[in-house]
Amino acid sequence: MIHILSLKVENRAGALSRIAGLFSARGFNIDSLTVAPTDDPTVSSMTIVTHGDDAVIEQITKQLNKLIDVIKVVDTEGREYVNRETALVKIHTAARDRAEALRIVDIFRARVVDSSPTSYTVEVTGDSGKIDAMIGLLRPLGIKELVRTGKVAVARERGGSGKS
Amino acid sequence: MKLTGSEILIECLKREGVDTVFGYPGGVVLGLYDHLHQQNDIRHILTRHEQGALHMAEGYARSTGKVGTAIVTSGPGATNTITGLWDALMDSVPLVVITGQVPTNLIGNDAFQEADIIGTTISCTKYNFLVKRVEDLARTIKEAYYIASTGRPGPVLIDLPKDVTFATTEFSYPEDVHLRSYNPTVKGNKGQIKKAATAIRKAKRPVLYTGGGVVISNAGKALRTLAKKLRCPVTNTLMGLGGFSGSDPSFLGMLGMHGTYKANMAMYDSDLVIAVGVRFDDRVTGKVDEFVPNAKIIHVDIDPTSIRKNIHVDIPIVGDVSSVLADLIAELDKAEGPLFDPAEREKWEAQIAAHEAEHPLGYTQSSETIKPQFVLEKLYELTRGNAIVSTDVGQHQMFTALYYKFEDGRKWLTSGGLGTMGYGFPAALGAQAAFPGERVITISGDGSIQMNIQELATAVINELPVKVIILNNHYLGMVRQWQQLFYKENYSQSYLASTPDFVKLAEAYGAVGLRATKPEEVEGVLLEALRVNQPVIVDIQVDPSENVYPMVPAGMANHQMVFSDPDDAHPVPVPDRNDKKQPAKTSVKASAEPRG
Ligand SMILES: Cc1ncc(C[n+]2csc(CCOP(=O)(O)OP(=O)(O)O)c2C)c(N)n1
Ligand SMILES: [Mg+2]
Repeated sequence: MIHILSLKVENRAGALSRIAGLFSARGFNIDSLTVAPTDDPTVSSMTIVTHGDDAVIEQITKQLNKLIDVIKVVDTEGREYVNRETALVKIHTAARDRAEALRIVDIFRARVVDSSPTSYTVEVTGDSGKIDAMIGLLRPLGIKELVRTGKVAVARERGGSGKS
Repeated sequence: MKLTGSEILIECLKREGVDTVFGYPGGVVLGLYDHLHQQNDIRHILTRHEQGALHMAEGYARSTGKVGTAIVTSGPGATNTITGLWDALMDSVPLVVITGQVPTNLIGNDAFQEADIIGTTISCTKYNFLVKRVEDLARTIKEAYYIASTGRPGPVLIDLPKDVTFATTEFSYPEDVHLRSYNPTVKGNKGQIKKAATAIRKAKRPVLYTGGGVVISNAGKALRTLAKKLRCPVTNTLMGLGGFSGSDPSFLGMLGMHGTYKANMAMYDSDLVIAVGVRFDDRVTGKVDEFVPNAKIIHVDIDPTSIRKNIHVDIPIVGDVSSVLADLIAELDKAEGPLFDPAEREKWEAQIAAHEAEHPLGYTQSSETIKPQFVLEKLYELTRGNAIVSTDVGQHQMFTALYYKFEDGRKWLTSGGLGTMGYGFPAALGAQAAFPGERVITISGDGSIQMNIQELATAVINELPVKVIILNNHYLGMVRQWQQLFYKENYSQSYLASTPDFVKLAEAYGAVGLRATKPEEVEGVLLEALRVNQPVIVDIQVDPSENVYPMVPAGMANHQMVFSDPDDAHPVPVPDRNDKKQPAKTSVKASAEPRG
C-alpha cells in the first residue's frame, strides 16, 4: 500500500540525513522524497512516498515523529490532500512524429519548454497517474531523458474544491 | 561578562548540576582541559580508554538517575565512544558526550584527527549537535541535557570545534528550553487508562511484565502498590530487575531466553499481560506468535515506537510509567467492589506454583569444582542483596540475573540491548564515583574483563574500591555453550586458556588479587574482597562445563525450554593450564542443526 507522508521539519544541517538514515537503518522503503523550503525559513517541507502494510506505515510515522528535527508528520492517506508532481521529458522526434508528440502534449495539458530539430522537452504537472499515462504514450516515440520531481502534497482546506 | 567557549562549557555543566565527568584529553580539547584544571566544582576522572569513560558515565547515570557526562578529543577519541553511545541508546541511558573537533575552518578537509563524528553518530545518538559559533554553545548544552534526560532518555553528543572553545562571547545561561519538535508525552490518555482498568478487573490470570522503564521512571513503589492491589505476579526483563523486589513471593524471576520456567509459563498461560516500560525484545518474546497466545496486552511505554513494533497490543498507553501507573491505580480505586475474585487468584497462583515445581530454578552442587551459581548465591547471602552489582556479558551475566536477588533497579547495571562485553567494570567505577560509600561489585568473565581491564588503573588512582569477581571458566562461556548445543561441540575460537594470571595482574596495577579454586574457598575470598577498602580482583576458577539453564533455543517458543545438557554431551575439554592452543575438535556427534 502506497502512502504519501507530508512532513514539516526543522531546516537544519543533518535533518535530511537523519530522515534518510532512518529509512535505510530500519529497512523502510522510500519511493520518492522531496525537500523544499517553506514560507518560514526555519522550516522545510518534505514529502515522502513510501509503501508497506499498515503496521509498517504506523512504525514509519512513529519513528519519524520521534526524530527531534521532525516537527510534524501527516499521513495523507484517507485525508483530503492535493498532490502534484512535475516531470520533464525529452523525446526524440523524427519529422513524422512531431505532430503526434504535440497532440499528446495537448491532451495532457503539458507544454513544450524546449525544442530542437530532433527533440522536444515537455513539462507536465499532475498526479502521478497522469504523468505515468503521458510517459506511456510518449515512450514509443523514443524518450531521451526523463526527470521527475517526486510528489509534493498539501492539505485541502475544508470546503475547498477542485480536482485532486 | 565575556567568557571563552571553554569557560562557558564548564559554567553550563555546573548549572546542570554536573559534579563528575569522565574523560580523556587530546589536541583539540586542550583549551577545555586547561580551564577544567583551574576549577574545583567538577571532578574529572581520567580513564584509560574513551570506551571506559562512556561506560563509567553510563554507570554513573543509571545508578544516580542523573545525566552522565564524558569529554573526549576529536578523531580517535571520538570514534572510541561509539560502542558506549550505542550501548546507552539501546538501554535508554541519559548521557551528554562532548567530543572535540578540529577548528571550524578545517572541517571537511580531512584534517589531522578529523572524523565526521556527527555523521558517524546520527544513528547511535538520540540527537547530536555541531556547535559552530560560540554564541550557540550555552543554549546547545542546555538543550543537550534536556533531550538526554527527558522522554525516553538517551545519549546526546556535542561536537565542539577547537576554535569555539577559545572564542569569546557574552555569557547568559538560558533558564528554560522549548523545542517545538520535541514534546514527549508524559501523561497517559484517560480513555486508555479506563480501558486498561476495565480489562484488569475482568482478568483471571494477569501478569505484570515490567522492564527498564520502571527503573528509569523511578516507579518501583507504584509498581509494588499495583501488584499488591491486584495480587498479581510480576516478571522482569533483564533491564527491569530490581524494579520489583527479587525476594518477593509474587516475583516470578526474569523471563525470556534464559528466564525462569514459571515466568515464561505464566506469560504463556496468562489472559492479561500488563506490560510496563518494556519493548518486547526478541530475547524476551522468543517466537512471537507463541509468546502470550491467550492474553490481551496492555502496553505502557513513553516511547510510541516501542508500541506495536514487535507485537500486536490491545490497549496501548503512551506516557511516563510513574505517571501512568499512578493514574491507573487511581482509576482502579474508583471502582466499587473487589478488583479480582480471590478464588480465581488462588487457582492462578496454584497453576504457577505447579510450573515451578515441575522445573524449579537450580543446579547440581559439587564438592570438587566451583559452580558459578553457587558463587552468586554466596554473594547474595553475604551482601544480603545490598550492593550495586554490574555485570559483563555472557554466562556469568545470566547467572547473576537468575541467582542474585535485586531489590533496587538503580543498583543493577548490565548491558541489555547491545550486550557489550567490557561494560561491567567501567560501569561499576562510574557508580562507585557517584556513591563512594556503597559497596560496588562487578561480576565478570575471563573474556569480558579483558575488554576494559585497563580501567584497573583508573580504579586504583581514583580510589574506587570496586570488587571484580571473575567467574573464570577459561572460555568465552556463552559462545562455548552455543557451540556445544548447536554446533556439534566444535569449540572454534572460544577457548581463552589461562592467561593472564589475574591475581598478578591486579597486583601489577596496585590492586588486590585473590583466587579461589575449590568450593570451600569461595566464602573466604568473597569476605576478604568485601572487607578490604581497595579495588579487588577475585579470580574464581569455576566449572568450565557449566551451562546456563533454563534456555529457550533460538527460534523456539518460550514454553519450549531446555533444562539440562543433552544426555550425550561430552565434558568440555580443559587443556592443560599451560596449553595455549585451542582444544582439538571433539569427536563430532550427530547433533541437531542449530535452530534459527
Ligand atoms: C564486545 C563483544 N564482543 C563479542 C560478544 C559476543 N559474546 C557474547 S558472550 C561472549 C563470551 C563472554 O565470555 P566471558 O566474558 O568469559 O563470559 P562467560 O560467558 O564465560 O561467563 C561473547 C564473545 C559480545 N557480546 N560483546
Ligand atoms: Mg568465560
